[in-house]
Amino acid sequence: MLQGLDYCLKMEVDNVVSTVREPLNWSGRWNHIQKVLERSGPFAHPDFEPSPDILGFLLNNCKLLVIGAGGLGCELLKNLTLTGFRHIDVIDMDTIDLSNLNRQFLFRQNDIGKAKATVASDFINNRVKGAEVVPHFCKIQDYDASFYKQFHIVVCGLDSIVARRWINGMLISLLEYDEDGNLDQTSVIPMVDGGTEGFKGNARIILPGLSACMECTLDLYPPQVNFPMCTIAHTPRQPEHCVEYVKVFGWEKEKPFGDAPIDGDNPEHIKWICGSACERAEQFGIQGVTYRLTQGVIKRIIPAVASTNAVIAAACSTEVFKLASSCGAPMNNYMVFNDADGVYTYTFEAEKSETCVACSQKPKTIHFKPTSQLRELIEFLCQDSMLQMKSPGITTTVNGNSKTLFMKSIPSIERATRPNLSKSLADLGLSSGQELIVADVTTPNSLIFILKLSDQCSAET
Amino acid sequence: MANKQNKYDRQLRLWGDHGQWCLENSKICLVNVTATGTETLKNLILPGIGSFVIVDKSRVNGEDAGSNFFLDPNAIGESKAKVATNLLLELNPEVKGEYIEEDVANILETNPHFFLSFTVVIACNLYGETLQKLAALFWCNNIPFVTCKSFGFIGYLRLVIPEHCIIESHPDNSHEDLRLDCPFEELCAYADTIDLDAMDKKDHSHTPYVIILYKYLMEWKKAHSGAMPKTWKEKKEFKKLVMSGIRKNADGVPEDEENFDEAVKQVNSALVPSCVPEKVQKIFNDPKCLQLTEESTDFWMMVGGLRQFVSNSENGLLPLRGSLPDMFSDSDKYIKLQNIYQGKAKQDMEAVTGHISQVCTKSGCGNGKISEKDIKRFCRNAHFLRVVRTRSLQSEYESPSKSIMDSLTSDEISDAVWYVLLRAVERFQSTNGRLPGMNNAEWESDVNRLKNCLYDLLKSWDIPGAVEAISDDFLQEMCRCGSSEIHSVASYMGGVTSHEVVKLITAQYIPICNSYIYNGYKSTSVTIDI
Repeated sequence: MLQGLDYCLKMEVDNVVSTVREPLNWSGRWNHIQKVLERSGPFAHPDFEPSPDILGFLLNNCKLLVIGAGGLGCELLKNLTLTGFRHIDVIDMDTIDLSNLNRQFLFRQNDIGKAKATVASDFINNRVKGAEVVPHFCKIQDYDASFYKQFHIVVCGLDSIVARRWINGMLISLLEYDEDGNLDQTSVIPMVDGGTEGFKGNARIILPGLSACMECTLDLYPPQVNFPMCTIAHTPRQPEHCVEYVKVFGWEKEKPFGDAPIDGDNPEHIKWICGSACERAEQFGIQGVTYRLTQGVIKRIIPAVASTNAVIAAACSTEVFKLASSCGAPMNNYMVFNDADGVYTYTFEAEKSETCVACSQKPKTIHFKPTSQLRELIEFLCQDSMLQMKSPGITTTVNGNSKTLFMKSIPSIERATRPNLSKSLADLGLSSGQELIVADVTTPNSLIFILKLSDQCSAET
Repeated sequence: MANKQNKYDRQLRLWGDHGQWCLENSKICLVNVTATGTETLKNLILPGIGSFVIVDKSRVNGEDAGSNFFLDPNAIGESKAKVATNLLLELNPEVKGEYIEEDVANILETNPHFFLSFTVVIACNLYGETLQKLAALFWCNNIPFVTCKSFGFIGYLRLVIPEHCIIESHPDNSHEDLRLDCPFEELCAYADTIDLDAMDKKDHSHTPYVIILYKYLMEWKKAHSGAMPKTWKEKKEFKKLVMSGIRKNADGVPEDEENFDEAVKQVNSALVPSCVPEKVQKIFNDPKCLQLTEESTDFWMMVGGLRQFVSNSENGLLPLRGSLPDMFSDSDKYIKLQNIYQGKAKQDMEAVTGHISQVCTKSGCGNGKISEKDIKRFCRNAHFLRVVRTRSLQSEYESPSKSIMDSLTSDEISDAVWYVLLRAVERFQSTNGRLPGMNNAEWESDVNRLKNCLYDLLKSWDIPGAVEAISDDFLQEMCRCGSSEIHSVASYMGGVTSHEVVKLITAQYIPICNSYIYNGYKSTSVTIDI
């Protein structure tokens, strides 16, 4: 069964093409896309009915949100506005850096330091007549459900897994169900997501509540591996180990720039780290510490080229075009791409998980021993490949009173709850069947876990 | 300079300063301004090619301005080549660009030499005789030629390259070159000074897995009259033997020794016999290697030297790569081991250098013109050398390859079917003087016309029956799209095409051989050797 393939975006069209003002629509402007929008085709969505109204919907009614105005975001804005979308909001919290210019083609040398969202919007609105891109120079977490609710489709060009998970959680929280638990399809906001790394990339469609979501397939995004501390401290073998040593120990000890923390974009900082790392490398006979390598380690730089960004953003844009117009069936539902050796793509159906913490609507049960410490429970939430939380805060109800078991984000509460970490779950007054409410940066809404306590099992689900 | 290093930082980490140098000295020609073409150029200008020239005689019209980011609606009626060149030049002040307002067929006629100064030539939406003539010109002059187009939801790309030699193919997951099956003298000498049993606990648990495997292989070989563990069962036994080396505490419980865990994990890959890979062997047997002349390129000279090195060496192996993966170890033992591998690699490289200069002298080619740096890079990548040769466009059009025939006659229709449809569209174009589905009035009746073209095409391939295998749905979609360029499809093809061009310019990574089809309906794609 193809998950969510029967989904069809509802178009509310109000008095369309006629409202399009003339200079914006010179003769032939939309000829290319009009052919596929106004002619029937066997590969269109079953609900597709060719009509000029569809272009009208794209031009006048359809509202898109693009998250990220970087390598993918610049391409997305171009692709979407050239395929008829005009009302697009774009969010990005970053400013433009020199190293962006090899691929983020809406930015120039004299834009360095300015907000990506603003410069990208201005460029597109100037170049593509009639485009009304609205920039938001902020974090996605700065907005709540009332903001996200207004869009027909959300397109992500992000480099952060946490941000993807957060927006995924947000879109799931917007789903509405009737009394019988049936999903109201009009509450579904499709999420089209792209990601790249060097010559590799992926594009996927998430229909919240209908097809696999970010959390259903979290094991596709393995957490990054860090060097073991003892290697860095005692047995370095690679130039990276030497750089990491200076980052972890040297900087704090020597305070080369007073109390300033390491700034990966400050060449003086990188130079100093590189110099110290060279000294350490020499001590151990390690070769290969260079400025470029040092910066790569400190900033955890992921290589990026124009071509891969173009491919992935284009694949995402085509899906948005098909989703919004139904002129083609959406892909099902995940494509991986790699063009290092030839050009390789693989498209498969990522499967919805029946036990997904985010979209299954079922609280997840976790099993511990009564003697397990709270610390172990938190470690489990962070390390389990299907949860991968960052710094979970846990509250629950004991004897009718709300109780915070641990919370790191607020210093005073962290101090007050820190002793709980080494207490056993039983000593904390928790009993089997207890509901735990867990908050984390990976999700906009708290998740509910059912705690099962028994002597036999360890941290298995 | 530092500015440029920073600007290109994210790509320099992929193709290095020498790859960037190739890029900055390249000269690219684009024939025909389409969205696919300008998107391709955009992705080449951003990373910093040297220069480009756009050839197109036509004028900007409304529909092109609507789907191409580098055409301006205010310039409708002006030269497409000029408008696109100016907007593209804004992308990177380091890149130079020119345009020629002339028809490509005309230049071919009057001044074909114009085309011969380019590193790579890209043509979009080119059909028929002009395409063939252009391809033939580049084929004779060994200039890589790329032709591509977007057609509705379908993208097409074809590389036409007589010969493309790659030293740095950057394989994703290659076996390490550790030579544990045939350890070299220096490795043996070092490993033999180590006595695992005599070590204290810390030393024992900080000995690199390479040494551990070496030691236990020696023990194994002694017990098996010199043979290595080969079968799955033997390897399992060997793993047990390695594990038996883990120290035990006073209670007989095994200690935590990460290096031994690593050794066991690495058994399978470390026991893959060292050899000259099949693809490299094939390059050794290539006529270009067997018959070196003063015309031979550096690549073939180096291959000639390498071949001689291999046939003169005792074990018939390539020069040692010299890299040692990171492994659990204290610094001292790891660095010692690394130096041993690097030392041997250097020694091998010097021997290869000698052989290269010998073959150079023998073939009458200037001696010593290949730099030490180049030879070093060549030796380090000796296992990964690749030579790519595509068919010529002429032979493709004379007779389709077996692979396309097979895909048509197999049960499951692959995306290769779109190639056949695009060929039918070409036929349609030459018969009707226009593309199918161009006009709203005729698009539906074009389906049958296109079917006739398809039938004729398949008949000319001697498989007229295959027309049954191709559902009318495909034909209808072709006519529905009517050669429209959906911008996102064009942008996809621009991404793919530009990267193939970067591969051709830098001689790094492996280009497709020889055609690529993108299916935007399903977000799938296929590479076919046609």
